[in-house]
Amino acid sequence: MANLRDHMGRPIVAVTGIGVVTSLGAGKSDNWAALTSGKSGIHPITRFPVDHLNTRISGMVDFLPSSSKGASPLTYELAETAAQEAVAEAGLNSGDFGGPLFLASPPVELDWHERFSLYNSDKQDSGTERLLRVARRLKELDIFETTQFGSIADRLADRFGTRGLPITLSTACASGATAIQLGVEAIRRGECDRALSIGADGSATAEALIRFSLLSALSTHNDIPEKASKPFSKDRDGFVLAEGAGALVLESLEAALARGATVLGILRGCGEKADDFHRTRSKPDGSPAIAAVRAALADAGLSKDEIDYVNAHGTSTPENDKMEHLSLSTVFGERIGSMPVSSNKSMIGHTLSAAGAVEAAFSLMTMREGVIPPTINYDNPDPAIMLDVVPNKKRNAEVGTVLSNSFGFGGQNTCLVMAREPV
Amino acid sequence: MSSPHDVVISGIGLVSCLGEGPDAHWQKLAQPGQQPVLEAARFAPYTVHPLPEIDWNLQIAKRGDQRQMETWQRLGTYAAGLALDDAGIKGNDELCSTMDMVVAAGGGERDEAVDADILAASESRNDRDVLLNEKLTTELRPTLFLAQLSNLLAGNISIVHKVTGSSRTFMGEEGAGVSAVETAAARIRSGQSTHVLVGGAFQTEHSDMLLGYELAGYLHRGPWKPVWQRQGCEGGGVVSGSGGAFLVLEQREHAASRGRKIYAELGPVVSGRARRRQGGLDAEIAAMLKRAAVPNGELLALSGASGAHAATSAEKAALDAVEAIAARGFATLTGHMKEAQFPFAVALAALAVDRKAAYPVFDAAAERPFAGVPRSVLATAIGYHQFEGMALVNAA
Repeated sequence: MANLRDHMGRPIVAVTGIGVVTSLGAGKSDNWAALTSGKSGIHPITRFPVDHLNTRISGMVDFLPSSSKGASPLTYELAETAAQEAVAEAGLNSGDFGGPLFLASPPVELDWHERFSLYNSDKQDSGTERLLRVARRLKELDIFETTQFGSIADRLADRFGTRGLPITLSTACASGATAIQLGVEAIRRGECDRALSIGADGSATAEALIRFSLLSALSTHNDIPEKASKPFSKDRDGFVLAEGAGALVLESLEAALARGATVLGILRGCGEKADDFHRTRSKPDGSPAIAAVRAALADAGLSKDEIDYVNAHGTSTPENDKMEHLSLSTVFGERIGSMPVSSNKSMIGHTLSAAGAVEAAFSLMTMREGVIPPTINYDNPDPAIMLDVVPNKKRNAEVGTVLSNSFGFGGQNTCLVMAREPV
Repeated sequence: MSSPHDVVISGIGLVSCLGEGPDAHWQKLAQPGQQPVLEAARFAPYTVHPLPEIDWNLQIAKRGDQRQMETWQRLGTYAAGLALDDAGIKGNDELCSTMDMVVAAGGGERDEAVDADILAASESRNDRDVLLNEKLTTELRPTLFLAQLSNLLAGNISIVHKVTGSSRTFMGEEGAGVSAVETAAARIRSGQSTHVLVGGAFQTEHSDMLLGYELAGYLHRGPWKPVWQRQGCEGGGVVSGSGGAFLVLEQREHAASRGRKIYAELGPVVSGRARRRQGGLDAEIAAMLKRAAVPNGELLALSGASGAHAATSAEKAALDAVEAIAARGFATLTGHMKEAQFPFAVALAALAVDRKAAYPVFDAAAERPFAGVPRSVLATAIGYHQFEGMALVNAA
């Protein structure tokens, strides 16, 4: 009889369904095959012209029907696709999920194509005065709904029959992990037996790219796109903007076992700590990230020696990778030199609001398959941040526990600890 | 019966067209016949309730921090500072570094001049995508992005006020405010948090913020009217307002051990998602009233009704169906503050409980007087388009 309560007496939270979409494909099997063969999904941008842009590559998801329809429709389709895979794997009714929904998704804005088309449908006045006048004559709600922050979750709630008011959240690049954390916490508090946590991001518009570019956050290694994302390398020069979605069905272990579901892994612990140093930079001593890792370990009831593998945030920006190394080496001490630490972003880029959920999905698969996906493009190691990054080739390994890191603008630090088996 | 794990309200930070802080709001709102503060010209044909004069330096000491934000983030950071001050937490490193935070947020202000320039140029160009790249790469202020990101209101609160226990941002109009309060309260009740900063801000004096409503024709046009009297008028019924509301929610034991004044206890917080297109809103509101465990007898209700025709008439019908309820539609005097609407309603409910007095009617034609001392007050936010919630606020 499995233990159904954790070290703090809370319900143990199991994962019974996993779904994922990235530039490598839709679904776990395509993604896993590509990820373990070191294949990159980074490619030249074709969705919009790249004139005047310093960065002309991305990990956009270009193969879905909504890929050319704007950020809101694509984010919805990414979320729906990943969630459908997860709910089906969990063996639950995909129209009557019966638990709450936590959605990590990008902030929404009126799409430029809509802006142009509204504006040019009239001649009177100019600027926003004209837009407002045209807006109030619209007969359909389609455009309006793309500008409401709660609409994607509302549609998903209808689609999957989730319970109650869905929560849409943003903790920037940690959002996906926060969505999972909220689901874990709701189950632990006994508010529900199961939760659907999704991270989805289809917001790689020209304006998004330009905004990150103006902050010097993006790689400009355009010539060989698949080589641009090189976490922990000496010549890393920024992240690669990408899209994707990850979805997990979370369930109390008790409820999962009671209905005979297959347990795919355990969400053992979550930790977070906000940074008050700067809007985009981390406190130089790494203390908030260190505190988040330690909080996740404590929440999981594991010591630092009980983590087998780190699924790094590893964005490939000079700042993140240096800070992540500092925080990991502070927490794990000398052991960090021999612990595998790899970055999925070397292949899929940075899926922003989705990243924490996508990478949690891959972390769970790493444990189940006994294979660690590599950090590709590791040709020029940064001597200042020496890690076992599982360079360039996958590695077969028994992995019983994973730490997955997510760090974001605005001082967001969220870490998840997952395990293959219940205690 | 109070219990040590009760959720209590130990700090309130408010900003609206009526002024700033709980005292200023109480004084104005407790004054019978209070007139709304309106700005009818600047965004005509729309009327808005504008921000009052604010000295940002009082809560955001560094000019550099102020420059990194636009008005929305400043407003939220300011209101959060007021709440922290009020709770005796501001400047206390130990309390701030262990404090959790849930912010309800939309997005920040776009650069209207850049947008207008691009739109104007689009009239004579067919290569609009190239135009966009050309203009955005050269005209956007690089750090403006950070003033627009939803989670950067929370980020700025961490930077300015040093609240760093945890930081979460919920999005989704009024529903985000409901979920933020509900989640914060659940954390405290379960022992996950001892003290949480929760709230939001909305800055409506920006054309994009009006566009967010008007793409579905939600804004009221023509002469201003109280929130309950806009059915059948030109436009969609919403008159928006700039404002912010933050609460410090605290475990009763934690607040008591610090010897803090407690405004009120936060009772049940309930939320819902009615299938409105199928006409389920009245029934959902009625069901929520049951779940909120409203006590027998006369009940004051601080309604966050937006004025949006369908949602407001459904709420009015559901509240009117309970004879004991005396509603106050505070948007008549503050305007609709979107993500901040529910925290604002809870704050006003807590003030009435604390001052042991009901608010006078805000609209004599649609509201009825409440005599006696309100021991419990209901706070509601029925979304203008989707999502709804309410909470019962009880005497401390």
